[in-house]
Formats: sequence, structure tokens, C-alpha cells
Amino acid sequence: MKTIAELQSIASQVRRDIIRQTWSAKSGHPGGSLGCADYLTSLYFNHLRFKLPFTMNGNDEDIFVLSNGHISPVFYSILARTGHFPVDELATFRKLNSRLQGHPATQEHIPGVRIASGSLGQGLSVALGLALAKKFQADTKLVFALTGDGELQEGQNWEAIMAAAHYKADNLIVTVDWNGQQIDGPNDKVISLGDLEGKWKTFGWTVLHANGNDMQDIDQKISDAKSHVGQGKPIVILMKTIMGFGVDYMMGTHRWHGVAPNDEQTAKALDQLTETLGDYKI
Amino acid sequence: MSWDKFTSTQKIATRNGFGDGLLEAARSNPKIVALCADLAGSLKMDLLEKEFPSRYFQVGVAEANMIGMAAGMATSGLIPYTGTFANFSTGRVYDQIRQSVAYSGKNVKICASHAGLTLGEDGATHQILEDIGLMKMLPGMCVINPADYAQTKAATMAIANHEGPVYLRFGRPDWPVFMQNEKFEIGKAITLREGKDVSIFATGHMLWQALEAVRLLEQEGIDCELINIHTIKPLDIEAIIKSVKKTNRVVSCEEHQRNGGLGDSIAQTLALHHPTRMEYVAVNDSFGESGKPMELIEKYGLGVKDVVAAVKKIVL
Repeated sequence: MKTIAELQSIASQVRRDIIRQTWSAKSGHPGGSLGCADYLTSLYFNHLRFKLPFTMNGNDEDIFVLSNGHISPVFYSILARTGHFPVDELATFRKLNSRLQGHPATQEHIPGVRIASGSLGQGLSVALGLALAKKFQADTKLVFALTGDGELQEGQNWEAIMAAAHYKADNLIVTVDWNGQQIDGPNDKVISLGDLEGKWKTFGWTVLHANGNDMQDIDQKISDAKSHVGQGKPIVILMKTIMGFGVDYMMGTHRWHGVAPNDEQTAKALDQLTETLGDYKI
Repeated sequence: MSWDKFTSTQKIATRNGFGDGLLEAARSNPKIVALCADLAGSLKMDLLEKEFPSRYFQVGVAEANMIGMAAGMATSGLIPYTGTFANFSTGRVYDQIRQSVAYSGKNVKICASHAGLTLGEDGATHQILEDIGLMKMLPGMCVINPADYAQTKAATMAIANHEGPVYLRFGRPDWPVFMQNEKFEIGKAITLREGKDVSIFATGHMLWQALEAVRLLEQEGIDCELINIHTIKPLDIEAIIKSVKKTNRVVSCEEHQRNGGLGDSIAQTLALHHPTRMEYVAVNDSFGESGKPMELIEKYGLGVKDVVAAVKKIVL
């Protein structure tokens, strides 16, 4: 297990990777990626029991499904930093002939990605299918999934949420990146999510809350979620995050949802993020 | 080659072929699981549910979730068969199929009943006539439209051994059974009758209509070659070109829109390899309506007389 300080150190490098990928590609989604860096660092370095080399079926290992595929920069950084593929490959993000597509895909066989995502609202269904397949195959490992909050406006999620409770998918741990922002502005202005906790509870899930940008808290809440496994209910962590967390001028606004920083902005962002594991070469 | 054997003494719906084929495939392949969106009886998936309850997943009226779940199950190495009506198997869940199944390269078998006009009285909301086009445009998607009970059963079993996504399309009404002695191989056309005057390519229910038309035309001295294209993608280009080089006239028959169906795939093949005169027997840019299956077949230009007329138009 990594200490909280070690996780924070890794997350700082992951954030540098996010900034440098989007800057180099001159496109991509830094805001949500930065907000989820702590969660994914904790999940992959302290909790997820994955095997290398990567195999698609994920049998006898924990599986992570990214539903909000636009935060691919943080996903790719985490996969690279956990040894799924060479870190220098991050330099190819969003470029022609790259395995690192703008949104995650399986067509290029990038290790660590099991399903394409980007068109929103589909990941929870896939995660549920994986969770039920694990139960069917007497595989006791777990399925984790991450979804955005604006993404919950997609109706398919609620089909999956209803079905997961029906099937008592208690090997499924979903996390909602609840940063309150989406492309056109705050959730409450676009389409309010209303009583999010009440909605999940009414659908029959065990609901936990976390501060996704407090490493101690999110690391603990993932442990807590695992303690609820096998109790007949799927589990959700409603994770409050700040979009753009770690870079002052990107924080708390939807403006950096899908905009890459320019040279000057990149320099300013990197000044705030310590290089801890070594930058990849561009 | 004798083609007298293609007669029918009984009618059974193609969807029964699916239910029976699924059960038989599941008996021999433990990786097969089934997902159904509240239509187990209609698709005869209750047979599998009864014998293998742990391999049957009722998902309710939630087709998008069903496709995603199937993609997840396929990722883990299972072979999921999804079942609902053709309308809800395709148009309703196109993006889910596109991203989570086709683009992700998942081994999901999308099994679709009640396709086309012969769904009957429920009307145009349910009578999808665009599904072949929707599915064949997706890279890597195999598209199969069997002709009768026997071929549907054989196809249902065969697709388990095909690695990759499949769209299997079948129907609701009782329909003549006549292909029970023909070997089914994905992508391999079946010649029912050799002839020199015209090549008739038919898929799904329309193979029987074409067959009856050929018998009538035979009496009038028109020598038709009748070929069953059960697999629209990948298309048996070799069989098509070989036949057309002999006859130089083509009629395509399908219970689908003219736009985007089997006929369009054949026309593309002809344009590229052997430009040839062609007639379509298909629904021409129109929705259906309520009615009895055979009434609809007649009204929308898919009757035996319509096949006869198309052949005469191009031959005489």
C-alpha cells in the first residue's frame, strides 16, 4: 500500500501528464481529468488488483471501466504510470497513428482499455455486464466504474442503475465525479441532478460520499466501499471534486472542460505541479 | 440439379428457429448466455431460460442497457445473445451498438425478431424496414437474414462460432419450411435453382416468395437462377458475379427498404465488378401500416406477382 504522501506525489505527476498531453495535442479535456487524478491514483496504486501483461477478459482481476471517456488524459497517464504501456507513448495522445485516441478505444489494442467510451452514458451498463459475468463465472474480483455527473442526464445510466440493484450486483463499485460542471455550465443550470443521493438510494444502492480531491478521504472511501461488497447491493461513491483541481486558473469553472492550455498557460500550470516521477519526452 | 426438393409441408415461424437454435447452441457451448428485453415468449427464449436459468438475464424494457451489458459480458469471454424486436435491436440502440459493440469489437450476437412488414397488425412503429442498412454500415458487423425456420436455427447455432459482432434478423409469422436439407455457412450463398435468363437473389422471408415466382415463370419458359443470400455482410461476391456473368440480369428480393438493403449491396457489387441491369423487389421509401402479414406483403410490392413482374420487366 502506498502512503497518502506517496499517492499525492504520484498524483502531482499525473496532473503534469494531463497538462502536457493536452498542451501537446492542442486539444482534449484537462478540467475533468485534473479533478479525477486523485481518485484514479488511489484506485490504481492502492486498490485495483490488476495483472500485467494486460488481458482483455480481466478474469480473476479487478476491472475498471471509464464511462466519461473524455477524461482520457488522466486515464492514459495512470495506465502508463502503472506499467500498462511505456510512459513516453503519452506524447502521441490524439495524434495520427496513436494508440491513445481522443476518447479511449480498443481498436488500437492499447493495454488497459477494455471498452470504447466517449459517447456518454454507456459505461455503467458495460460495468454491470462485467460484474454479472464475474458472478456467473464464480470470479470474486470486483468491477469499478467512473461516470461523470452531467453524464447522469443520459437515461441509459438509470436503466443500468435499476438493473444493477435488481441483480444485486454487490461486486460493482461506481464512482460519480460530482464536480457540478458540464460543457454548457453548472449542472444546476443545465439540467439539475436534484437529490442525487436520494435517487441512488431509492434505486437500491449503498451510497457513500467522498471528497475526491482529499487523497486521505478518497483512499479511505474506496476502502469503505470495498467493505460493503457482498452485501446484496451495488455501491456508489458520490465523489465531490473540483474541475481543474491542482491548477489555480482552471479550478471550479467549466471553461476548461474541453480546452487545452497554450504555451504560457502550460508553463503556469506546470509551475504549480511538482515533477515527481519524471516527465515523459515530447 | 433438381430443385423439386424445395417444397414445404409445414409452416413454422423463423423466431421458433431462433429459440430452438439458441437452446441447442447453449447445450453444447457453456459460454453462451442470453439477455432479453421483456420478450422471452415472443422470441422463444423461454426455452433457454427454463433449461439454463442462470444463463438467462432478463433486462426489462431497457434495450440500451441490454446492449451495454452484453458488451461487458462479451469482454469477459462469454458469448451473449441479445433478444428483442428488430426495431428495438437496431434503431433504438444504434449508438450503443456502434460504440460498445462494433467499435469495441465485442463478440455480441444481436438477435432481432419481428423484422419487416410481416410483423403485421402492430403497424409501422414496430415494422422496421431499415435495420439491414443500419447494421451493415457498421464496420465489422456480420448481417444475416435467414429464410425459414431451419435456416434460422442453423444460423443461430453457427454464429456462436463466428468471432465478432453479428446481427441476426428473423420474423414473426408462420412461414413455409423448405431449407432443412441445405448446409448453412456464414457468407456462403445457396443456389436453389440454376438458370440462364435472370439471377434472382433473395433473403429472409422473400426467398419463399421468389421461389413461388420462379415456379410460375418456369411454366412460361423463363429460366431463372434462384440464389439465397442469407448473409448480407460479408456478401458472397464470388457467387453473385459468377451467376450474373451467365444471366446478365438481376432481381433482388427482400423485406426491407430498397435504400440500404440487400439490393443496394448487390448493386454496389455489380457497379464495381460487372455492371448489369437490375430490378429491386423491396419496400420503396415508405413506412408500413397495420394489416395481416400477407396483405401487407401484397400491398407493399413484395408479393409473388411482384417478383414475377420484376423478372418479366428485365427479361422480356
